[in-house]
Amino acid sequence: MKNKIFLFVSIFIFIIIFSVFYKGLNKINIYSPKVELNKKIPQYSSKLINSDKLVNYSEIFNYDHFILLNIWSSWCVPCREEHELLMNLSQQRNIRLIGLNYKDNVISAQKFLDELGNPFETILVDIEGVQAIEWGAFGVPESFLIFKSKVVKKYVGPLNENLINEIKLIIK
Amino acid sequence: MKFLKYLFIIFFIMNLNNFKAESVDLSNKITKNLRCLICQGQSVYESDSDFANSLKIVVSNKIIEGLNEKEIYEFLREKYGDWILYDPELNKNTYLLWLLPVLLFLIGGAIIFKRFKITNK
Repeated sequence: MKNKIFLFVSIFIFIIIFSVFYKGLNKINIYSPKVELNKKIPQYSSKLINSDKLVNYSEIFNYDHFILLNIWSSWCVPCREEHELLMNLSQQRNIRLIGLNYKDNVISAQKFLDELGNPFETILVDIEGVQAIEWGAFGVPESFLIFKSKVVKKYVGPLNENLINEIKLIIK
Repeated sequence: MKFLKYLFIIFFIMNLNNFKAESVDLSNKITKNLRCLICQGQSVYESDSDFANSLKIVVSNKIIEGLNEKEIYEFLREKYGDWILYDPELNKNTYLLWLLPVLLFLIGGAIIFKRFKITNK
């Protein structure tokens, strides 16, 4: 009798473990960050490019329309590729582009903009990468769509034409 | 009197040193419990990637600002989610993770206990 209970229990445990692992087998285990957010922008202040004045985020992101914050750097190759799309997006009337220059030096950043054009209204400077952490970013390039001081959507990695069209649809 | 003055100054400097060391220890402890999200199988403490280096600066800044360990974890969890912590908190997503080992231990213990009793008889 006891042996039977033991057998039954061990088969039961085996089935549970088997089903958990079997289910886990088909699950995608690549970590992907949440992209649909509704988070308030961080409270921080930043230096602007070519200026020593500290400006508060609440001043910069206080705007009735959409804002696209783009984290970029002159040493980042995908940023170079997405830049043309950003130039295109900056032509739109109801969006404002703000750049966050990540771990870069001012001279190469300026060269990069002189060569490819400047789509940004304001450029924040983040030498240590501290501000990118405040935004919850992983690296460059990364973009945040902001509406009324809230991050609506986050794009990790370079933007492509489909994503630009998606942004255009959202801001319409 | 002069001697006392110097002694006091030396004592003060040594204390400062101590404080600094403590904050470094704390920052190391925290960064060892943070997963470097863009590396494979490395903690922020071990990694030398841009992301990890920035995170180390952020953690030491937060310590200087006066945040304690728990508050720093909370701050980062809010930005990056549970995944950044190697030691996740007990909540509805992680209760199985925390309770399963205890449960397995108890079941195993019960089996051994029973066996032991039987052989003793």
